Amino acid sequence: MAKEQLRFTGSGGQGVILGTIIIAEAAFLDGKKVVQSQSYGPEARGGMCKAETIIDEKNINYTKVEIPSLLLSLTQISFNKYSKKIGPDTVIIVDEEIDVPLRFRAKHEVLSLPILCSAKEVIKNPMAANIIAVGAVNEALQIASVKSLEEAVLNHIPKGTEELNIKAMRLGAELVKQSREEDKKGEEKKAHA
Amino acid sequence: MPSQLVQNTMRTKRLPHIWCPGCGHGILMRDVCQAIENLGLEREKVSIVSGIGCSSRAAGYMDYNTLHTTHGRPIAFATGIKMAQPDMHVIVITGDGDATAIGGNHLIHAARRNIDLTVVVFNNSIYGMTGGQYSPTTPTGEKGTTAPYGNIDGDFDIPKLAEAAGATYTARGDCYHVPQMIKLIENGIKNKGFSIIEGVSICPTYYGRKNKKGSAVQMMHWQEQNCIDIKKAEKMTPEELEGKVLIGEMSRTVRPEYTELYDEIIRKAGGAK
Amino acid sequence: MANEQKRFQLLQGNEACVEGAIAAGMRFYAGYPITPSTEIAERSAVRLPQVGGKFMQMEDEIAGIAAALGASVAGMKAMTATSGPGFSLKQENIGYATIAEIPIVIVDVMRSGPSTGLPTSPSQGDVMQAKWGTHGDHPVIAICPCSVQDTYNQTVRAFNLAERFRTPVILLMDEIVGHMREGCELIPTDELEIHNRNTQMISSMPYAFGEGQYVPHMTSFGKGNLYNITGLFHDAAGFPTNDNKIAGEEGSRLMEKIKVYKYSGILEFEEEEMEDAEIGIVCYGGTTRAVQGAIEMAREEGYKVGMFRPVTLWPFPEHELIERAKQLKRLIVVEHNYGQVLLTVEGIIKGDTKVEFIGKVNGTTISPKEIFRKIVEEEE
Repeated sequence: MAKEQLRFTGSGGQGVILGTIIIAEAAFLDGKKVVQSQSYGPEARGGMCKAETIIDEKNINYTKVEIPSLLLSLTQISFNKYSKKIGPDTVIIVDEEIDVPLRFRAKHEVLSLPILCSAKEVIKNPMAANIIAVGAVNEALQIASVKSLEEAVLNHIPKGTEELNIKAMRLGAELVKQSREEDKKGEEKKAHA
Repeated sequence: MPSQLVQNTMRTKRLPHIWCPGCGHGILMRDVCQAIENLGLEREKVSIVSGIGCSSRAAGYMDYNTLHTTHGRPIAFATGIKMAQPDMHVIVITGDGDATAIGGNHLIHAARRNIDLTVVVFNNSIYGMTGGQYSPTTPTGEKGTTAPYGNIDGDFDIPKLAEAAGATYTARGDCYHVPQMIKLIENGIKNKGFSIIEGVSICPTYYGRKNKKGSAVQMMHWQEQNCIDIKKAEKMTPEELEGKVLIGEMSRTVRPEYTELYDEIIRKAGGAK
Repeated sequence: MANEQKRFQLLQGNEACVEGAIAAGMRFYAGYPITPSTEIAERSAVRLPQVGGKFMQMEDEIAGIAAALGASVAGMKAMTATSGPGFSLKQENIGYATIAEIPIVIVDVMRSGPSTGLPTSPSQGDVMQAKWGTHGDHPVIAICPCSVQDTYNQTVRAFNLAERFRTPVILLMDEIVGHMREGCELIPTDELEIHNRNTQMISSMPYAFGEGQYVPHMTSFGKGNLYNITGLFHDAAGFPTNDNKIAGEEGSRLMEKIKVYKYSGILEFEEEEMEDAEIGIVCYGGTTRAVQGAIEMAREEGYKVGMFRPVTLWPFPEHELIERAKQLKRLIVVEHNYGQVLLTVEGIIKGDTKVEFIGKVNGTTISPKEIFRKIVEEEE
């Protein structure tokens, strides 16, 4: 596995920081080296929020993300800000409500997923959005084993919510698979046309 | 020859003390030792913690575990000792400035916690060690080197302050009424919780001279006539009580003690042996 | 056992500090909430009662260190933690611990700027305050960890040094190390080298010390030796003295104590890729990681760059750096301030080695690229 640099962004209260902790812990359980960090202060309690996880096979020196291999944004404002700081190979995962300009779609894999609405309507718990995102990110980059990810999720959620959070995690992975499937079909159609 | 009490409870090699002739602090220090003796406490299980100022020097003369700390902080240091050794009798000797000005925050919060400390405030109504500046207990209108035209600050009633903050035993004694002061300290030590005993001291050198209170003997006479037991005061009119200082037990309540409550925390957390 | 800790955990630096402290024997913590050190208080509140220890949230920063000192006097290993503004408030009692020789660990997770500054941003602005913050001449031990695991290990070492030398030890962390999460091995107590204070009184004089020794032994209050502790200059009996000879000797002994034992476990430094280096980088704490990144980049381009990291910042590894500098053309000091360790380095490096500086105090971290550019700019 190459070094992965994940940047999760959104607004405070969406569980963005916890998302990076869970994915870091999953990779850690798989024996990888990880560093997780976050923005603190008032923004983490309601404003814009950023958290990062770096994963590598070897020791990680610099602890901050330089060029993200993945950008996750759950709000438009955070996408607008952090989409300016991505590299040519950055994978973008956003909530489907976020408007992603076409120029990004031309250069990057953009996975526009119904994260927030699935949390509300499928999982019936808006708090599960970050777990859906974690499942999606892990599926998109194949970071940690599903077993470790499950363990990490269970380590960080309130008692009594195990079932719905595992469901959310799996749903996230499923959303990525579906989206990639559709993109593939779309491209095939284009090729035919 | 020092008295039996002095021999038993003080570091006689350290005496005579550094306090000025006529200072009331020596009497109050002796009262604390007498109270400890009367209760028959093992000296190994008594810690005396003091801050900075005239009062703080008492710790060095007393033959117990003695900790002479920084200005205003003895109650905070004492809190640490009590937490580490809950069976230790921790007695804080502090002054009016030490306890209610620079250390006021520690005083009210220790009272709020109701941690089992006994705080004896040697209140001479002045900063003596620095040469006679007015303190939070200098009566309004009186003088100090930093209140040359008279003090315009209000003054604290220490037992009331501590009671309002949550102390479960508050009292006031003085230098003249020695048996009563000893009894009040004994009761404070016996109370399982935060106790405070204000000892009204006399400072003929600074407070007395600045405010024309006369000699040490005259100041003692003043205490004899004007420190009125709270029970006796109940039968006196407001006019008769004008300018008097009330002494005796001011308040007593029952509330769980902090180190005992913390033992419960340890049990809850699964750390009890 | 419900309270048993897993050996390998993903932890914040602040959390690893608490685990290291408990493994070293900490059983009392008193402090006041302040960002970015608060997680140390929070984890202590959870963990201490689980091991029979005690946590107290005090009314202010001063009470935090005072209560910790009281507990230490009564025989418990104690710690307090804070950040910049709170570190300022604790200074007087750090001096008290020094002169009264009370073991204690003070953690300062540094933040940016004077006053309230930038509360949760990386900075190393308290380096000189750690050395000179309390009034009067005094020695100090300050240790800077650079990773979560290092924080665990160095916290254990901080307690050991405090106990061995009866002195306050400052664990000088920064926001980068305090808040990041990494894997950490919680090495259990029985696999660690643990030092406890020597409680055997040498004589009836509590502050007496043995021939050729500099550290008096220390019995706890409540153990039968009735003695006096004071922040005034004192004699071997522990009582205040104005005797010029005794006061002079006492002050000198306190200064000498740390100097004499500098090579008995106090000093620690680390070198990477220094053997053939022509350019040396001095760094400590959170900046270390960026420096390592920059060295990797520079080595790939053929520049002979190495790192010199004081783990023990005070006392500074002066002779070691002077020796190493003899082979260097350039020495670059990298720190999150306007040049605090730089002052020390400039003061000791004479001769042909050019001393340069990268500093940053704007709430962001120094990146490997910035350091790399500095390395390259003069080489082209």
